[in-house]
Amino acid sequence: MSAQKRKPMILIDFTIDGQPVQARPGWSILETARAYRIHIPTLCFHPAISPWGGCRLCVVEMRYGKRSKVAVSCLTPPVHELEVLTNSERVMNVRRWVLEMLLAECPASREIKNLAAQYGVTATRFPIKDPHEECLKCGRCVAVCNEVVGVGALTFGSRGVKKQLETPYRVPNNLCVGCGCCVSICPTGALQARLDTVRGDISRRTGHGFAH
Amino acid sequence: MKRIENASELQALRQKLLAAHDPDQPVVRVCLGPGCLALGAEKVSRAFKSAIKKKRGNFKVQPLIKTTGCHGFCSQGTLVNLSPLNLCYVRVKPEDAAAIVDATLTKGEVLERLLHSDNGTRYRSASEIPFYKLQQKIILKNVGVIDPLDIKDALMAGAYQSLAKALTEMSPDDVIRTVYASGLRGRGGGGFPTGFKWMKALENARVNPGPVYLIANGEEGDPGAFMDRAIMEGDPHAVLEGMCLGAYAMGGNQGFLYVRHEYPIAIRHLSAAIEQARALGLLGKNILGAGFDFDIQIHRGAGAYVCGEETAIIASLEGRVGEPVTRPPFPAQEGLWKRPTVINNVETWANVPHIIDKGAQWYANLGVPHSTGTKIFSLVGKVRNTGLVEVPMGISLGTLVEEIGGGVPGQGQFKAVQTGGPSGGIVPYALKDISSEALKPERVGLPSQGFIPSDKKELSVDFDSMAMTGSIMGGGGMIVMDDHDCVVDLARYFLRFLEEESCGKCLPCRLGLKGMLGFLDQFSQGQGNPEDIEALESLGKALVDGSLCGLGRSAPNPVLTSIRYFRDEYLAHIVEHKCPAGVCRDLITYSIDPEICNGCGLCAKNCPQACVTGKKKKPHAIDEKACVRCGVCQDVCPVDAVFVA
Repeated sequence: MSAQKRKPMILIDFTIDGQPVQARPGWSILETARAYRIHIPTLCFHPAISPWGGCRLCVVEMRYGKRSKVAVSCLTPPVHELEVLTNSERVMNVRRWVLEMLLAECPASREIKNLAAQYGVTATRFPIKDPHEECLKCGRCVAVCNEVVGVGALTFGSRGVKKQLETPYRVPNNLCVGCGCCVSICPTGALQARLDTVRGDISRRTGHGFAH
Repeated sequence: MKRIENASELQALRQKLLAAHDPDQPVVRVCLGPGCLALGAEKVSRAFKSAIKKKRGNFKVQPLIKTTGCHGFCSQGTLVNLSPLNLCYVRVKPEDAAAIVDATLTKGEVLERLLHSDNGTRYRSASEIPFYKLQQKIILKNVGVIDPLDIKDALMAGAYQSLAKALTEMSPDDVIRTVYASGLRGRGGGGFPTGFKWMKALENARVNPGPVYLIANGEEGDPGAFMDRAIMEGDPHAVLEGMCLGAYAMGGNQGFLYVRHEYPIAIRHLSAAIEQARALGLLGKNILGAGFDFDIQIHRGAGAYVCGEETAIIASLEGRVGEPVTRPPFPAQEGLWKRPTVINNVETWANVPHIIDKGAQWYANLGVPHSTGTKIFSLVGKVRNTGLVEVPMGISLGTLVEEIGGGVPGQGQFKAVQTGGPSGGIVPYALKDISSEALKPERVGLPSQGFIPSDKKELSVDFDSMAMTGSIMGGGGMIVMDDHDCVVDLARYFLRFLEEESCGKCLPCRLGLKGMLGFLDQFSQGQGNPEDIEALESLGKALVDGSLCGLGRSAPNPVLTSIRYFRDEYLAHIVEHKCPAGVCRDLITYSIDPEICNGCGLCAKNCPQACVTGKKKKPHAIDEKACVRCGVCQDVCPVDAVFVA
């Protein structure tokens, strides 16, 4: 350990929107940006859980020499002399479209409405299926239940457009300890209404050796 | 058979098998590829067996019936090849078996009616048929020749010779260097240099000692593609040998064959091949006495197209949900169980033994400088000769479609070619006369790095030229379209497939494909306005930039390329409310030409809506309001009086 401590830490020098920044080894571009208080929007990233890269709102354009590519900042480690653009035209195109689609997917969510308005998206061209929907399937609740609480009471079921937040085997879950982590980590508050579906009827659970 | 202890024993066994083989023994090779199987090839092979049994006294040498993998000429199935006469019979029915045994096998006569004929010429042997003549079979050399369930047959054809050569004469580094120098690029579609990938995996394994894993990607899910299937079913040992060579080069001890569940025959043949190779000591512990251990395990994919993506394969193999994860780290850095992993397509692995056998230079001389070797295509759609073809890279699109494919059937005109499966682009056929250099400036908003234009005058089929057109090489699907195919409808078809197969992890792919499909659904109904085309293009580019994995990043290709090349057709749908190709149901009407109609009544009889009326021998008419535009009337009309407007 002491040998490692003495070794000077190699910081990674790069720029975000022209501002020179330094990242510690292991930091992603998003973490570096946050350290420098540069705003990059995201809905699925949370420091408590491992990054998942699902919402794609945190995309940035990366220029390295002649090459340019758009990638998510939450999962991409920076390299020396990288030029990161957080608001380029390509980036904004992805963000605006994702937000416009989210307006149709989660019409009830105030958080998404506010975020979309910040990017000038106020109306959606896509059909609204369920006007009360708030969940965008960002995966935060699933990850926190698995990684932090360690019980795995929540999971995703089905695939693609049919993807749903479910309990395993779609039955109320004895594994749920009712800790409420999923509710507090949810970016839109969609889980508030769902917690009871996850843990089942609390009155029936007393006497089964559970906390509630 | 007893275990082979070293390379010289392998040679001895091969010599023994070759010596025991009688060159005069007639061999009947019945194609059991997917196309022929659907046409009843199993019945044909059974009919041959019983016919030979009946006549067993009449032969000098008892003929041998071999059921083989795909012969390639699928439109002419069931295919039967006879050697040593070198005859190729096409469209063989079970009832023809007795006649072939009678005439050809006993008397040596040629049955003219079963030979392939084209424009009045009859072709005796396969090598004379234009469809085969222009091909260069290297990977498919043994497919359709050997019995895939018998390792002796494969050994006689030269299987495991490259492995013996590598283990005795080459160091692991030599193998990697040879593969690198050959210029082999991944055949799954990405076109990443294989040797480079191997080097990276080896480097990472050296930095961080531990096992290296090898995976063969046999999750071939593109509609209308069957290249990998043909290799796995027809010559499974080529894949195993390729993986063995890779394992030797990178010091791997465990390989996985990820084969989709929908390929039961491929799984059966590969399992048999693995068992037989293990029994001979060509897999397992101490292979050929070289102190090198390697084993392969088959893993079945559970029916998800996205599991053809390398990180999704790893997730699936680890027992997680088959969803991709963001790269980097690349599998060569951190793959299966966090260890360096090399994932190559089945076809890529099957290339390796040939490179080791004949050398890097020989391979690099095939094809064009930046896309070396040969590539297998499944040529389907509106061509006369559909089937599996292997051609050198850089062949011109015109040659591939017109000479090998034999042109368009009927009176149609070639319109477009769709390459690379559902996420490939729709490229107009007229582009065949344009060199890829000329396409460079107006490239669509696709990843724009590292394309090397070919110097040919015509559009050549190689990784870089295809990318230049906005399409991709992909796995090797090639769907040819004529003027009766609507690009809006096709883009819609491919998008629907991808929407269903999207895993739903990232928002642009899950919601974006649904959104794009919504636009296309509107267009195909004649709704929407011209600005929607721009919106669709912009949404497509957002998907290209924003999606997590290759599925979402390439999914808009059919839409983006068709808008780029066929904007008029989109506008015809939106502005004029017409489908020029006569495909989109909401924009067409079926009517009967009273001048031509002879009043036979077939249309009225077959109409599911009973909306065709008319008296016998008098011109009929279609009630447009009740018509569902199924097109049955057009199909059954004997005088072609039904037309689409």
